[in-house]
Amino acid sequence: MSQAEKMKQGQFTNPETPGYVGFANLPNQVHRKSVKKGFEFTLMVVGESGLGKSTLINSLFLTDLYPERVIPGAAEKIERTVQIEASTVEIEERGVKLRLTVVDTPGYGDAINSQDCFSTIISYIDDQFERYLHDESGLNRRHIVDNRVHCCFYFISPLGHGLKPLDVQFMKAIHNKVNVVPVIAKADTLTLRERERLKRRILDEIDEHGIKIYHLPDAESDEDEDFKEQTRILKASIPFAVVGSNQQIEAKGKKVRGRLYPWGVVEVENPEHNDFLKLRTMLITHMQDLQEVTQDLHYENFRSDRLKRGGRLSSHGYVLPLSPAKAPEPEEMDKDMILQEKEAELRRMQEMIAQMQAKMQKTGEE
Amino acid sequence: MSVPSCQLFDQTKEECGVMQSPLVDFSYVGIDAILEQMRRKAMKQGFELNIMVVGQSGLGKSTLMNTLFKSKVSRKSVLATSQEKIPKTIEIKSISHDIEEKGVRMKLTVIDTPGFGDQINNENCWQPIMKFINDQYEAYLQEEININRKKRIPDSRVHCCIYFIPPTGHCLRPLDVEFMKRLSKVVNIVPVIAKADTLTLEERDFFKKKIREELRSNGIDVYPQKEFDEDAEDRMINEKIREMIPFAVVGSDQEYQVNGRRLLGRKTKWGTIEVENIAHCEFAYLRDLLIRTHMQNIKDITSSIHYEMYRVRRLNESNTAVTQANGIPEHHLSAHEM
Repeated sequence: MSQAEKMKQGQFTNPETPGYVGFANLPNQVHRKSVKKGFEFTLMVVGESGLGKSTLINSLFLTDLYPERVIPGAAEKIERTVQIEASTVEIEERGVKLRLTVVDTPGYGDAINSQDCFSTIISYIDDQFERYLHDESGLNRRHIVDNRVHCCFYFISPLGHGLKPLDVQFMKAIHNKVNVVPVIAKADTLTLRERERLKRRILDEIDEHGIKIYHLPDAESDEDEDFKEQTRILKASIPFAVVGSNQQIEAKGKKVRGRLYPWGVVEVENPEHNDFLKLRTMLITHMQDLQEVTQDLHYENFRSDRLKRGGRLSSHGYVLPLSPAKAPEPEEMDKDMILQEKEAELRRMQEMIAQMQAKMQKTGEE
Repeated sequence: MSVPSCQLFDQTKEECGVMQSPLVDFSYVGIDAILEQMRRKAMKQGFELNIMVVGQSGLGKSTLMNTLFKSKVSRKSVLATSQEKIPKTIEIKSISHDIEEKGVRMKLTVIDTPGFGDQINNENCWQPIMKFINDQYEAYLQEEININRKKRIPDSRVHCCIYFIPPTGHCLRPLDVEFMKRLSKVVNIVPVIAKADTLTLEERDFFKKKIREELRSNGIDVYPQKEFDEDAEDRMINEKIREMIPFAVVGSDQEYQVNGRRLLGRKTKWGTIEVENIAHCEFAYLRDLLIRTHMQNIKDITSSIHYEMYRVRRLNESNTAVTQANGIPEHHLSAHEM
């Protein structure tokens, strides 16, 4: 086996071998370090009550994130505003640790007047960005906790004929702050034809209103064919029409996760019944990409906006030294203003001197 | 009465006498013949039924109407709209059809309310609907108090309002409670759980129980109302119905072959939902209630109770207006608060 092939297999090759520098081992080092460090991921779920959000999250991650859940009645809902509830679990699989935070938004879309229901959500997202910006600009940057929202699952009701006015408004308000993944909830309400029609309607309306949803990156040309095919299928199925369940049903002799109806069993993990597996695949294979896009696009947008607006971020008693490369505008503006003021003063003084000189000349002549 | 009585009035007395057996019952008067007379008259006149459907867009209201009456009576079937755009305000659309079955003619009017509950701000979305219902009462009242009034006043009053509850599986939404609270006082409300094929049987039972609790705790009286039960027999039948509402329905106007029979249903990869199979959904119960058993009762309650309440209120209002105009201090006349 040649060196190159050994390298591809990730085997450890003796660095003493000739013609080999050794930096091809870097990916393994990164991999080992990340596995040790663990991953953090924050997922936000937004949608009206009763769309199966909690069930879907529990099904996706095979945990029970809401053990003591109490669903309020209509009377209590009248008084409530949108709340933000974040629950964190540490999941481990084959030695890889994932610290998953799910941010739930109960109360969204419940009230008779839902005009203000997303201001709470937007402030939450901005707060996380603000906190990260503050930590990043701090003195001790060793343990920055990344609580920024990496992905937002927006649940669309399968009952309508497309997007509702509230859906459109909300997605337009957050599409520049977070990766939006639209999901059609409770997809077992729809026949296959209805599902295709609804997906097309939703995609048309997303185009029509200029909503920027998260786009899966195309597979690189050097990836293998299976992966390329999988990416193609995933891209063609957006928005995913999913069914969630944590109950095990006996069907055709084996136990499957699904929903039991008098007319049949809907299997959650059957790709012919719904897109649950596709959603899970997308989330897992693109978790890294979701984090990257959040960091490189949404966070940077937030940061440049924030710095243009605010200038100084000071807290804990120290003033942040603004790095000259990143934010020169506020300081320059100050300097410019001072210069201008000084110039104006000089001009005034020159005028006064000229006047006095003129006076003196006059009196001198008299 | 085992004696065949003269049921057809165009038979002469002699013919009856010829047909009658020698055992003539002298205690038989023939009052029950009036049933047949009424039947013939009703067949000639035909019936009127006005149903209003209320609910968010996409809950299957039009499909359910088509399924109930097995013909294309809904707004969507009549007005060919290719794009189902949500209107910006609530519209009230009334479509009438003459349908016939076994010689019985019915003028069915389906009143649709597109735009209800679809906006971001749905405050007071029940007002246009209340206004429409009251306008129909007003039109009837005006015709009634006319000096030269028609022999048969055209009845456009809303007999029944079917309210579609989305199948969340949790509980009623604030909008549902507000709407039903207000409208149950002026019209018969029949709540149904729409698109019930999204709920398993346990979820359905839980949801129904929750809904009944919330209706009770909010003082919402849906049809059949407890206070209008006439006698013990009525009460027994209605109690059974009250324990089952809201009916969990599924609508469809497409037929599929199931076990050699053609049935209305929805075909999915995991099975076919049969609309008229009571093991699958409660559409059959809704149809029986609305059409086969309680249709006349619904109309009676509308005309003798809801309409009467409106009439009393209206006439009292005009009374106080008259007394005020004449400078007479108004008394505290009972006015039913909306």
